[in-house]
Amino acid sequence: MNAPVRLDLRDASTFPTRRVEDWKWSDLKRFLRDAPAVSAALAVAPGGPFAALGGREIAFGNGVTADGAAEARFEGAGTLRLRFVSEAQATGHQARATVVVPARAELLVLESYEGAGSAYASNVTLGFELGEGARLTRIVLLEEPDDAISVSAAEVKVAPHAHYTQTVLASGAKLQRHETRVNHPGHGASVRLDGLYVLSGSRHADLTTVVDHQGVEGVTSQLTKGVVADSARGVFQGRIVVDRGADKTDARMGHHALILSDKAEVDAKPELEIYADDVSCAHGNTVGALDENALFYACARGIPEHEARVMLTQAFLGEVTDRIEHDGAREAAQAWLVDRLEALL
Amino acid sequence: MLKIDNLQVSVADKPILKGLSLDVPAGEVHAVMGPNGAGKSTLGYTLAGRNGYEVTAGSAFLNGEDLLALEPNERAAKGLFLSFQYPLEIPGVPALTFVRTALNAQRKARGEGEVSAPEFLKLVKQKAKDLRIDFDMLKRPLNVGFSGGEKKRMEVLQMALLEPKLLILDETDSGLDIDALRIVSEGVNALRAPDRSMLVITHYQRLLDYIRPDKVHVLAAGRIVASGGPELALELERTGYDRYAAEAA
Ligand SMILES: Nc1ncnc2c1ncn2[C@@H]1O[C@H](COP(=O)(O)OP(=O)(O)OP(=O)(O)O)[C@@H](O)[C@H]1O
Ligand SMILES: [Mg+2]
Repeated sequence: MNAPVRLDLRDASTFPTRRVEDWKWSDLKRFLRDAPAVSAALAVAPGGPFAALGGREIAFGNGVTADGAAEARFEGAGTLRLRFVSEAQATGHQARATVVVPARAELLVLESYEGAGSAYASNVTLGFELGEGARLTRIVLLEEPDDAISVSAAEVKVAPHAHYTQTVLASGAKLQRHETRVNHPGHGASVRLDGLYVLSGSRHADLTTVVDHQGVEGVTSQLTKGVVADSARGVFQGRIVVDRGADKTDARMGHHALILSDKAEVDAKPELEIYADDVSCAHGNTVGALDENALFYACARGIPEHEARVMLTQAFLGEVTDRIEHDGAREAAQAWLVDRLEALL
Repeated sequence: MLKIDNLQVSVADKPILKGLSLDVPAGEVHAVMGPNGAGKSTLGYTLAGRNGYEVTAGSAFLNGEDLLALEPNERAAKGLFLSFQYPLEIPGVPALTFVRTALNAQRKARGEGEVSAPEFLKLVKQKAKDLRIDFDMLKRPLNVGFSGGEKKRMEVLQMALLEPKLLILDETDSGLDIDALRIVSEGVNALRAPDRSMLVITHYQRLLDYIRPDKVHVLAAGRIVASGGPELALELERTGYDRYAAEAA
C-alpha cells in the first residue's frame, strides 16, 4: 500500500483514481472530476444524533466552526461530540480536527456526519493522539444523502498501555470512504477497529483500516460486518502490518457480509503482512446470502418471513454493536441498526 | 385432524412422494417407519411448507384447513409443528428470544394477546426443568454449539411451549442417549391430549416402547405401503423392509 493520499478538494490533481491501489474500489475521480466550488458557511444548532449523551460539542457546518475556523483541537477527558454537518448543493468543504487524550485519561468521542442537501463533497482529516495508558473510545456515525461524496481519514497515534477502540456505523453515500490508520506501539497497548455497514439503493461505503504494529506484544482485534441490498456496494480493506521486532503481536481480523440481491456487491481485502516472529495472527472473511435453512426453520416455528429476515440479519450484524462497552453509545448504535434494517428489508 | 390424500411431491424435478394418503384422527399417535430415502422427511417438510418441495398433486388438510395454501408461519399458527431431523442453528438469537418471538407471532396470527416476558419466563423455567435443560443454555444462541441430543431436547421444549395441534416428530429419538430418550419421550407423552395428534417418524422400536402409537405405517418409495397396530413395528424390527421394497417397486 502506498503512502496515504492527501486529498485536497481545492486541487483536482489530488483526487485518487482507481489506479491508486488503495482506492481501486472507490474511484473518487470518477464521481468528482473537478474541484467543486466552496460551500457557504453554515450555522449549526447544538444537538445531533448523540445529543442525549451529553459532553462537549464541537460542530462544523460545511467545514467551519462557530468561530469561523476550519480547524479544531480538543485535549481532555470525558465525552466529546464531534459533529460534521453538511448542508450544501453541489459544493465542497473540508475540515480538520485533532483530539488529544492525556496519559491515563479516558475519552469518549461521538463523531457524527450529518448530511442534508445534495451532491456535496465533504473531506474530513482527523488526528487522534493517546498518551500512555489513555483510553479512547470512538463511535462514528455516517448518515448522508445518497448523492453525496464524503471522505474521512484519521491518523491515530497510540502510546504504550493505551487502549483505542472504534466502531464505525456507515450507511453509505454516492461514495463514502472512512479510513483509519493506526500507529500501534505494542507494549501493552490494544486497538480495536470495528465497523458496520448497512447499504441500500446504489449507495457505496468503503471502510479502510491500516494498523502498523511497531513494538512487541501489541493486540489488535477487528470485526467488520455489513449487509448490502439493491445495487449497493460495500468495500472493506483491512491491513495489519507487523514490523520487524514487533514480536508476540496478537492480531485478529474478521469481515463478514450478507448480500441480499444479485446486483449488490461486496469487495473485501483483508491483509496480514508479518515481518516479526512468534506472532499470533488470523483473519477470516465471508460473503454470502442469508441462510435460507435457518430462515425456513424460523418461519416453520411461526415467525413471518419478513420478521424472520429482520431477526436473523439483526442478529448477524448485532455482534458488532454488542461489542460497544459504553452503554449509551451501544444503545444508540443498536437503535440505528434497527432503523436502518427496517428501511432496508 | 390430519388428512392427506394422494400427495405427490417432487424435489428438484425428481418425484419423491408418489401418491401418499394418510389419516390421523384427533388424539391419536401414528408412527411412520420406512427405509432411508423413502420420503419421510420430505413428508414433514412438505407439510411445513419448505421451498423446493413442489406439490404436483393431492391435498393435505389440518382440521379442515388447506395446509398447502398457507405460508409456513401460517401453518404453524394453525397448530402444525415439525420437529426437525436436523435442527438448525440460529446464530446471534438467544433460544429464549427465539421461542418467545415464535410464540407471540403465532398468538398474534390467531388474534390472541402477547405473553408477557415474566409470564413466559415462568413457563419456560418449569418446562426446561421437566426436560432437564439447564436454564443458562437458553440464554445462548439457539442450537449454536449444542450437542445433537441437546438440540433434540430444545425441539421438545419448543413444542411444549408452542402447544401445537399436530406434531410431526422427525427422528426426534436419533442421537439421544438412554436417559435423554426417556426424558424426551416423557416430554412428548406429556403433550398427548384428546385434541392433539402426532406423527412420529422413527427407525427404532425403542422410541415406540415409550410413546405407544395407535397405528404404525410403513412408508416406502414415496407411498404408505402397509398400516397396522403397534405389533407392525415389532414385526418390522424382525423382518426389515425388503418385502415392502419389492411391493413398492
Ligand atoms: N434437494 C434434493 N435434490 C434431489 N433429491 C433430493 C433432495 N432432497 C431430498 N432428495 C431425495 O429425496 C429422497 C427422500 O429423502 P428424505 O429425506 O425424505 O428421506 P427419509 O425417508 O427421511 O430418509 P432418512 O430415513 O434417511 O431420514 C431421497 O432419495 C433424497 O436423496
Ligand atoms: Mg429423514
